[in-house]
Amino acid sequence: MADAITGPWSPWISGILIGLMVPGLYLIVGRRFGVSSSLRHLGAICAPRAKSDYLRLHNWREHKWNLVFVGGLIAGSFIASQFLTAEPLELLPEAANTTGGVLRLGFGGLLVGFGARYAGGCTSGHTISGISNLNPASIVATVAFFTGGLITTWGLTFLIF
Amino acid sequence: MDIEVLEESPISSGPPLRPWQYGASLTLGLLFGGFLLKSEVIRWERINRMFRFEEPHMFIVIGMAIAVGIPSMWLIKRFEARTVTGEQIPIKDPPFQKGVIYGGVTFGVGWAITAACPGPIYAQIGAGEFAALATLAGALGGMFIYSILRPRLPH
Repeated sequence: MADAITGPWSPWISGILIGLMVPGLYLIVGRRFGVSSSLRHLGAICAPRAKSDYLRLHNWREHKWNLVFVGGLIAGSFIASQFLTAEPLELLPEAANTTGGVLRLGFGGLLVGFGARYAGGCTSGHTISGISNLNPASIVATVAFFTGGLITTWGLTFLIF
Repeated sequence: MDIEVLEESPISSGPPLRPWQYGASLTLGLLFGGFLLKSEVIRWERINRMFRFEEPHMFIVIGMAIAVGIPSMWLIKRFEARTVTGEQIPIKDPPFQKGVIYGGVTFGVGWAITAACPGPIYAQIGAGEFAALATLAGALGGMFIYSILRPRLPH
């Protein structure tokens, strides 16, 4: 029985639980489920006098809930990894901890941050929240996410660990 | 699309929150972080196997999340559901503009390299995978680059 918790969770159950974030946030907090906007809030906090309107005019205080949500996300993952997981999970390949690996992650992260903000959302904001509301732009975004991922995995293999 | 039009509706804000709703945000965040870790969708191997079509794991997780999300949103709209505090629910989605395609593909490339979209970056860090701090630094850098190039990018 304990294995049901400490082992990997069924993707069917996990998917349902993750999907419940959408109505959960809307009904309890009145906010839309999405994570990548937190990057913009952090940017506006770090650079209140930025030249770009995108950061300088952004009122991050209106979005504090999102940063609180992200804080919870970090803590939740910590708790689950420390207390609800039997064997330590290998999240990233071993090579990630080399200089080359760190540079690779930094470069990939750059594309993730730039792309998510340019597209107006990420896997949570577009693929889950947006498609749940049948938002056409989110369906296009999701096709684009997979296109980029497939091109890289199958074609640009030198970028992959 | 005109940048001013894009600017008008920040999609993650809404009516002012009561203090306890920040506690609710924290709690939902805790749960989400736990779900991301326990479902293993933050593991590099899972993302790689998804893009290689080697296992259905990721597709099931994402598919089920949408399968729950669609009827939830339908019900919320159909019954004009209000929040527990009685506020109207501001349903806003990111609009279509050219960045959805260009940014989307760029994002996908980064996703395949790092195995992390923004939620998982935070979750990997929480789980003690400190190499993911490099991914986060990159993502913040990418956001800054976007903020600077934004007026010159096609939208």
